[in-house]
Formats: sequence, C-alpha cells, structure tokens
Amino acid sequence: MREVNVSIIEEKVKEACMNIAVEYSPEILRALQRGAAEETTDKARAALNMLLENARIAREERIAICQDTGMNIVWITAGQDVHFTGGSLREAVTRGLEAGFREGYLRASVVDDPLFDRKNTGTNTPAVIYCDIVPGEDVVVEIMAKGFGSENKSQTKMLAPAEGREGIKKFVLETIREAGPNACPPMIVGVGIGGSFDYSTYLAKRALLRPINESNPNERYKQLEDELTEAANELNIGPMGLHGKTTALKVMVEYYPTHIASLPCAVNICCHASRHAKVVI
Amino acid sequence: MKYNITLPMNLETREKLRAGDEVYLTGVIYTARDAAHKRLHEMRERGEEYPFEMKDAVIYYVGPTQPRPGHAVGSAGPTTSGRMDAYTPELLDDGLRGMIGKGRRSPEVIDAVIRNKAIYFVVVGGAGALLSNRIKKAEPVAFEDLLSEAVVKLTVEDFPCFVGIDTLGNDIYD
Repeated sequence: MREVNVSIIEEKVKEACMNIAVEYSPEILRALQRGAAEETTDKARAALNMLLENARIAREERIAICQDTGMNIVWITAGQDVHFTGGSLREAVTRGLEAGFREGYLRASVVDDPLFDRKNTGTNTPAVIYCDIVPGEDVVVEIMAKGFGSENKSQTKMLAPAEGREGIKKFVLETIREAGPNACPPMIVGVGIGGSFDYSTYLAKRALLRPINESNPNERYKQLEDELTEAANELNIGPMGLHGKTTALKVMVEYYPTHIASLPCAVNICCHASRHAKVVI
Repeated sequence: MKYNITLPMNLETREKLRAGDEVYLTGVIYTARDAAHKRLHEMRERGEEYPFEMKDAVIYYVGPTQPRPGHAVGSAGPTTSGRMDAYTPELLDDGLRGMIGKGRRSPEVIDAVIRNKAIYFVVVGGAGALLSNRIKKAEPVAFEDLLSEAVVKLTVEDFPCFVGIDTLGNDIYD
C-alpha cells in the first residue's frame, strides 16, 4: 500500500491549471502554423496569424490565451492500493483549482445555480470531478479547462443502428456546420459512439484529452476520424468562420459497447484552445 | 478595405464600411455580456437611465480575466454575440451604434442594424492576450457584483476587427 498526501495533488493541480491557460500544447501550435501556411485567402491567414501572435504573447507575458479560461473538468484515476492522507481528495483538488485561478489571474466563470440565481461563485469552482479506481498504486489526475462558447455548440443524438456509419458522419458534420463561427474555429472535435445516453457524452469529452497528432488505435475508427476531419475541412467555415480550409484541426472518436437497440453518438466541440494536462503522482 | 477609425463613429463613417473590411478602432468602448444585458433590459423596463450614455456607444461582448499588476485588463477576447440577440434591437433603437463580438446574429438584430445604420464588428475569438495589449485603460461603470460580467469602460488603441454586418445588412459569414 502506498500513502499519498492530498496536498501533493493540490499543488500539481494548481500548477497544471495555471500552465494550460497560457500555453498551447505543441501539436496544436504546429497545426495552427500548418493552417496559416496552407490558407489562401487574406482573412483566413490573418486570423490564424493573429492566433499565433496571441500564443506568443500569452506564453511570454503569462496572460491567458483566451479570456474564457473555462470550467474545469477533472478525472482522478486512483490505484486501489493507494491510501490518501491529509484530508479530502476532492477538497484538495478544488483548493488546487482555486489557487490556480487566483495566482494565474484566470476568470471566474462559474455560477452557483444554473437556472434561477446564476450568481458567480467568484472562485471558478466547483469543477466537474470524475473518479475511477483501477489496479495498482499510481494516481493520475487529468485536468481540462473547457471553454463554453464551443461547449454550447455540442450535441448528442440516439441514432438507430440502421443509420450506421453514414448516419454518424451526417450527424457529426451537421453539428460542426451548425457550430460554425460561434465555436471559434479551427475546432477540435470529440466524438463518443456507443455506451448509453450519458456515457456517449463522457466518451466525447474524453476524446478531447487525446493529443491531436494521435489517432484512434483501431484502424476502422482511425479511418472514420480521417474522413470526418477531411469532410469538416471541406465545409468552408474556416478560421473564425471567415471561410477557408482550416475548420477542424482534428476529429477524434472514442467508442464503447452499446445496447442492441441503439447507436448513441455525442459530439463535443472544442475551440482551438483545447487546454488539458495529465499529472501522474 | 482597411480603415483606422476613431470612436465614436459618425453616420458617414458607418455608411462607408462594408462587411469584410479590416478596421482598427481607437477610443472608448463598453463591456457588457449576458448578465449585464439582462440588467440593462430590466433597467429599461423600469424606465431607468442606462449606466452609460447609449447614444453612439459601442459595446464589446467580453468578460476579461483578472489583470496582472501593471495591466489595464487581463485576457480580453470576444464572447459569442448570439446570446445577446434578444436584448440587442432595443439597445440599437436607444442609440447603440456599434457592437463587437464573434459569430452570427439573428434576423431581428440584422434588421435593427439596418434600421439604425449601426455596425457589428467581429474579432478573432481566442486571441485574448493579443487584444488585451490593445486595451489601454479600464474603468468600472456598473454591476461590479457581476465580477467578470460587470460593465467596464475601456479605452482601446488600434483594436483589430473585421466589419461583420454593415449598415446595409451584408454579413461577413455569408
């Protein structure tokens, strides 16, 4: 049995929270550079060059890439041979996020009651926290800072099995088309296929955690990802909706077994600022 | 076309702009997003004065991050304008002449833009750090309890936009 003091997790969460707000991951930066080189119209190129210049300023001056520094989604995967000490694990994660928000000069973007009061909590918490128990004695914490301009354009649908591959493609592309300029393209798109109503959305969000230069290891799903990415870039939405070839940097698909009666599909849209980090303790 | 514009814009300036033009704005703009729009609407319903002069005003749909010491504001890119659509026509009818945001607007907003000869500007979403550097001054105006959604008077210099919808209703996204 391994003992892990939750204060270590608090500290790591704080650091990750501050870093992802100001630095793009290298593969997204490369994809934006590639887009800027490939675009042929002045407006599309100007928009991507502005994002690249923005990335430089954000990194150097430690100012958030985007003012929507997101609501935090956190996945804690704990080995079953770990014993947590020093207090509540969830509270430690929340304290880490709150410290990251304060010390990183991020934005308070969370309201307490979604329908009636909508009062800003002032701390950017609570986060959405998932926990899972696995064999072993590692602790893995994954943190996402999700912007909601793009989250608002996400959709889910329970397809009939007969709609199959074509039905999935149609739904994903229609969702991307409807998201259009509002979702801050170039987008990164997470697709969850299978499971249940709720689990398909969970898979779609998990898909966004994958680095965009990696494909699904299953060849058929990889091919589906490639086809969807290509088709999305033919929609002529372009950077910021100003038309062009760079609409989706990558469409990523995750899948899971499902019921004989259904083909659930969820599409979680993310803007180019897909901010996430993984910490292994 | 490319223009440097000093705010407020007169009618002649607004009428020469066309959707797709590249524009650099200098002058005063006011921040207001979801919750602030709701409050402006409620004040109007109660017959109260707006907390800032709406005549010829320009509103920027933004909720910035906290500023680091020595900066006027933090990261300050546009939020999705469409969420403000329900409240926008009445503000235009009350004198608002410019809006800055991102994304499409409703047919009702486009009609009100034409009717009032106003301009909807769009900026690059997710370029908040770069845009922050073009904001030279920030002064609180109203609704400070809304934190990042409060109304703030910003003084901007060479703030880079595109004309999204012009006075004839042409739309950059079409």
